[in-house]
Amino acid sequence: MTVTSKPVEVLWGCVLIMALLAVSGCTSAPKPPPAAAPASGMTTPASTAPLEPAVPVYAGPWEDPSNPLYQRTIYFDYDKAEVRPEYLPLLRTHARYLGTHASQRVTLEGHTDERGSREYNLALGDQRAEAVRRLMIADGVQPNQLSTLSYGEERPANTGRTEQAWRQNRRVVIQY
Amino acid sequence: MSRQPRCHPRVALRLDLLMVLLCGLCCGVGSAQARLNIEVTGGVEAAQPIAIVPFGVSDGLIPPVDVASVIASDLARTGRFRALPTRDMLAMPSRHDDVDLRDWSLLGMNNLVIGRVEPEGAGFKVEFTLYDVFRGQQLASSSVTSTAPGLRNAAHRIADIIYEQLTGQRGVAATRIAYVTSSGEGESQTVTLRVADADGANPQTIVSSGEPIMSPAWSPDGRRLAYVSFENKRPAIYIQELATGRRDLVASHPGINGSPAFSPDGRKLAMTLSKDGNPEIYVLNLLTRELVRLTDHFAIDTEPAWSPDGREIIFTSDRGGSPQIYRMSADGGPAQRISFEGDYNARASYAPDGRSIVLVTRAGGRFRIGLMDLDSGFTRLLSNGSLDESPSFAPNGSMVIYATIQGGRGILAVSSIDGGGNQRLSQDTGEVREPAWSPFIN
Repeated sequence: MTVTSKPVEVLWGCVLIMALLAVSGCTSAPKPPPAAAPASGMTTPASTAPLEPAVPVYAGPWEDPSNPLYQRTIYFDYDKAEVRPEYLPLLRTHARYLGTHASQRVTLEGHTDERGSREYNLALGDQRAEAVRRLMIADGVQPNQLSTLSYGEERPANTGRTEQAWRQNRRVVIQY
Repeated sequence: MSRQPRCHPRVALRLDLLMVLLCGLCCGVGSAQARLNIEVTGGVEAAQPIAIVPFGVSDGLIPPVDVASVIASDLARTGRFRALPTRDMLAMPSRHDDVDLRDWSLLGMNNLVIGRVEPEGAGFKVEFTLYDVFRGQQLASSSVTSTAPGLRNAAHRIADIIYEQLTGQRGVAATRIAYVTSSGEGESQTVTLRVADADGANPQTIVSSGEPIMSPAWSPDGRRLAYVSFENKRPAIYIQELATGRRDLVASHPGINGSPAFSPDGRKLAMTLSKDGNPEIYVLNLLTRELVRLTDHFAIDTEPAWSPDGREIIFTSDRGGSPQIYRMSADGGPAQRISFEGDYNARASYAPDGRSIVLVTRAGGRFRIGLMDLDSGFTRLLSNGSLDESPSFAPNGSMVIYATIQGGRGILAVSSIDGGGNQRLSQDTGEVREPAWSPFIN
C-alpha cells in the first residue's frame, strides 16, 4: 500500500482529526508534493525522491496512534465470545464516533486461535464479532453501520504456536 | 480433472495486467511443483508376505509407470502386506507357464502376483494373476484396460482387486484425497484446494485464492466437491464439478457460510449459516434450492455430518458450555448429546458402517483424533499430536486421514483403525491441511 501525498487528502485527514479531537498540528498547509519535473535548463536526468509529508496522512482518526480510536482490537478468553469488561470503554469510544458519523461503516472481524476444529472456530469468530456488534448497537450505533465477518483461525495475527500468540489471535478487529 | 487457478477478483480488478499475469503464473507453478510426499511408518510386523513380480512388457514397449511397484506400494500402505523386494526374487515370471510356486514358497511368500502390460489402442491392457502359494492355486486372474495417462490408476485398481481378494474388504488405492495447502502469510498468502490420488501422486489444483479456502466435502459419487471460499472477501459455499471445473455458488448469506456436507443420496447439502444472527445448521435441497433450518439455539451449532443411512445428523454444539457432539433427526427436532468424555469434542463424522464416529477431542490438554464407539460411548485415541484436526474416514473404514503438525509445519497423517500401517503426507514447502477422503470412485 502506498501513501499518497495529495493535498486534498491531507486536508481531509486534518479536517477529520480537528473536528474530532481538536488536535493541533494541522494548522499549516501541507507542503505540496515535490515537483517531478526538473527546473528548465537542467539536462542531467534527475532522480526524484518524494519528501515525507510534514503531517502524517491518515485515512481517518483510527490510523492516528495518538487517537483513542487507534485501539481497534478486542481480545477474548479461550473458547469465549463474551467481551471482557475492560474493553467496554473502548467500544463506547468507537460507538460515539460512529454515532456522530452516520455514514461511516465498519466491519467487525472475528478471529480465533488455531486450537480445535476450523469450522467450530469459524463459528466462534462469528459469535465474537456478533457480541461486539450487539454492544455497539446498545451504545447507539445504527445496525446498518456494522457488518460482521468471521475468519475463524484462518488469519492469525501471530503465526506462533505459543500461549502468547494464541492470546493475540483471539480477537475482534474493528475495521473502518 | 480440471485445473482452475483463480486470482482474487478484487486483486484482478484493481491491479494492472502484470499483476494478473504474475498471479496466474504463481498459481500455475504452485500446482505443478506441489507434490505430496508419502512416508509409511509402522504396521509391518503383522503384515502378510506377498511377491509382486515386475510386470512383463511386449518388445519395445516402455510403460510410463512401473505397475508392479505401484501395486506393491499400495498394498504396503494398508499395513496388512509386506512386499518382497525385487532383488530377493529368484525368478521373474510374467506368464502362468513360467511360474514355479516352489520358488515363492521357499521365500516364505503367502501370495504371488504376476502380470503383463500390453499396448491396446492408444492405451494399455494390463493382465494379472494372483496366486495362493501354499495351496498352489490361482485366486484371481483378470485384466484392466486404461488410457496411456491412466496406467497408474489401472495399477491402483489391480491393487484394490488383490486387496479385496485377500482381505474380503474393498480396497481404497484407487480413491482420492482432497486437501488445502497454503504458503505465505497474510496479504501474500496463497491458499489452494487440491485433489491427489490416495498415494499422494497426481495432485491437481481445484481452486486457488489469496483468501482462505476451507472445508472440502465430497459428493457421494466422487464427482463434485463442496467447499468454503473467502475469494469475495466473505465466506461462501461453492459446489464444483471436478471433470469440468464448472461450479455453482450455493450459499453466500450474511455471516458465515460453512461446513458443507452432502447427504448420502447427494440431493441435499447440510451447512452452517449465521444469517439469523447465530451459527445454526441448515439443509439445502440442491434440486429445489429449498433451505430448511434444523437447529435453533443461541449457542454455536456447526459441523453437521450425515449418518450413512441419511436419517440422522450429528453436529458440534457448545450449548452445554463446551463443544460436544449432538445427534438429531435429519429433519431437525430435539438433539441428544452423545459425547461425554472431556471438555472438547468437535468435527465428528461417521464411520462408513455407522457404528462409530471420528472426532477431534482434547485429552491431556492436547487436541487429538478420537474414535468413539456409538454403542459403548468409549473413545479410543488414534493420534498422538497436540493440534490434530479434520479427521476423515477412508471409504472402506480401515483408515482415518487427519491434519497434524510436524516440525512446526502442517502435514497430513493416516492412522489404521486396527493399529496397522500409518502414513504421513507432506509437501516440500508450505502447509497441508483439511484432508477429505473421497468415496469409492468407479
